[in-house]
Amino acid sequence: MEQVLELKHIHYAYHNLDGETPALTDISFVLNKGEFVAIVGPSGCGKSTLLSLIAGLLVPEKGLIKINGKYLRESTTNVGYMLQHDELFEWRTVYNNVILGLEVQHMLTARTREKAHELLDFYGLRQFEHARPSELSGGMRQRAALIRTLVLDPDLLLLDEPFSALDYQTRLNVGDDIGQIIRKEEKSALLVTHDLSEAISLADRVIVLSGRPAAIRQTIPLIFDLEQDTPLNRRNAPEFKTYFNLIWKELNTDE
Amino acid sequence: MNELSATQQQYLLQRRKHKRIVCISRILILLSFLFIWEFSANVGIIDSFIFSSPSKIALCFWSMVLDKTIFLHMGITLYETIVSFLLVIAISILVAVALWFSSKLSEILDPYLVVLNSLPKSALAPLLIVWLGANKLTIIVAGMSVAIFGSILNLYTSFTTVDPGKLKLIYTLRGRRYQALTKVVLPSSVPAIISNMKVNIGLCLVGVIIGEFLAARNGLGYLIIYSSQVFKMDWLLMSICLLCIMATLLYSLINLLEKWCLKRF
Repeated sequence: MEQVLELKHIHYAYHNLDGETPALTDISFVLNKGEFVAIVGPSGCGKSTLLSLIAGLLVPEKGLIKINGKYLRESTTNVGYMLQHDELFEWRTVYNNVILGLEVQHMLTARTREKAHELLDFYGLRQFEHARPSELSGGMRQRAALIRTLVLDPDLLLLDEPFSALDYQTRLNVGDDIGQIIRKEEKSALLVTHDLSEAISLADRVIVLSGRPAAIRQTIPLIFDLEQDTPLNRRNAPEFKTYFNLIWKELNTDE
Repeated sequence: MNELSATQQQYLLQRRKHKRIVCISRILILLSFLFIWEFSANVGIIDSFIFSSPSKIALCFWSMVLDKTIFLHMGITLYETIVSFLLVIAISILVAVALWFSSKLSEILDPYLVVLNSLPKSALAPLLIVWLGANKLTIIVAGMSVAIFGSILNLYTSFTTVDPGKLKLIYTLRGRRYQALTKVVLPSSVPAIISNMKVNIGLCLVGVIIGEFLAARNGLGYLIIYSSQVFKMDWLLMSICLLCIMATLLYSLINLLEKWCLKRF
């Protein structure tokens, strides 16, 4: 199978005048094309650091990262990154927010503009194109943020607890919604979360990290016997509870 | 339109009454102040040679309107204030951007900016006259000197307190620092830049008046210092009144700009 992402023996530590804080030790895993992997771990264990490394915002102290078989530094693959908050700019319209990435990468052409319009149309935001972000609901804002990422046509999506700022009901709906959009667009995705049920309802595989400094404790493939494998159906499936308990136990052993 | 409920009508009535009281009180204070001033000057409770009176000020203003000298003085002060204000805004934005680009530079320059900002700028005016001569340039530089350091520090602070999540977004979109500046820092600092303008227009006027005290042959500051030397209190008080009006007008001009910006952004 084609590997979109490969991490080998990644180490990373934060430095300040009081000393260093190791955040990640010896992290290795691969992500296959079209796969959705969730990473869970106790809060503050360095999950977000991992995404920052993959996105190239930080440079690992040891180890190597390959994207589509190329080293991160030489890679030209677009990596989409969804942050905890939607970070839509209030001084831009929804459409202008969506094309922000295109503007930044100097990729604004008639074709990419057309694509932005199509995505907004397809995901039900056409009538809000000229609205300000504050006029959208929390769920629609996350959709707009996802479209801003998708319009760059990324091979790999990094999701950094993108639903954690939403209230519970919206979170379930938006998680379901965004999960299906990612499946439909056939993107490979890496989701970081501390919400176990979110990880189980969305992912093909769950990687469990230990507390700081984070190391991989266990990788658990998720197999659901469902006709329609949607996040909401998964939550009602009998396997859901089994996986939940398995991961829960894994997170809480020997600590 | 729906029929308003009785309580809503009562609420609206109360609001209108409140507004009317505020408005009437404001006008009454001004009128009674002018009246008491005029009355006590006429009856001789205060010496109108020293304290002047509203009517004398008005007459004095009218005579200067007739010989057109007042327009020269006001125009000069206004011109110098606006030039120094625009220069302060432009330079402080440029410097704050440079400081934002290089945190090393800003850390190196920080103590100097703090010292220059806390220095009483009126102390610089005599120095400027010696260096630059008694001319318009000196006065414009004096106006700038009062506002510029505080303006730089304020803008730099607002640039550095931009939401880090929004900056991270730009970097995750593979943007560089330049894009972070143009797409996030500057647009999100527009309110800060405007409130900075509100402070600076007043400060520039202060600096220009100080400059005109020392180095001018026309302008309202010159008029004030000259009239105090020759004991023409009518001129002096009229100049102060005109300054009040000028400061208010300039401030409301920036308020208009703010409203326009709020609509756009």
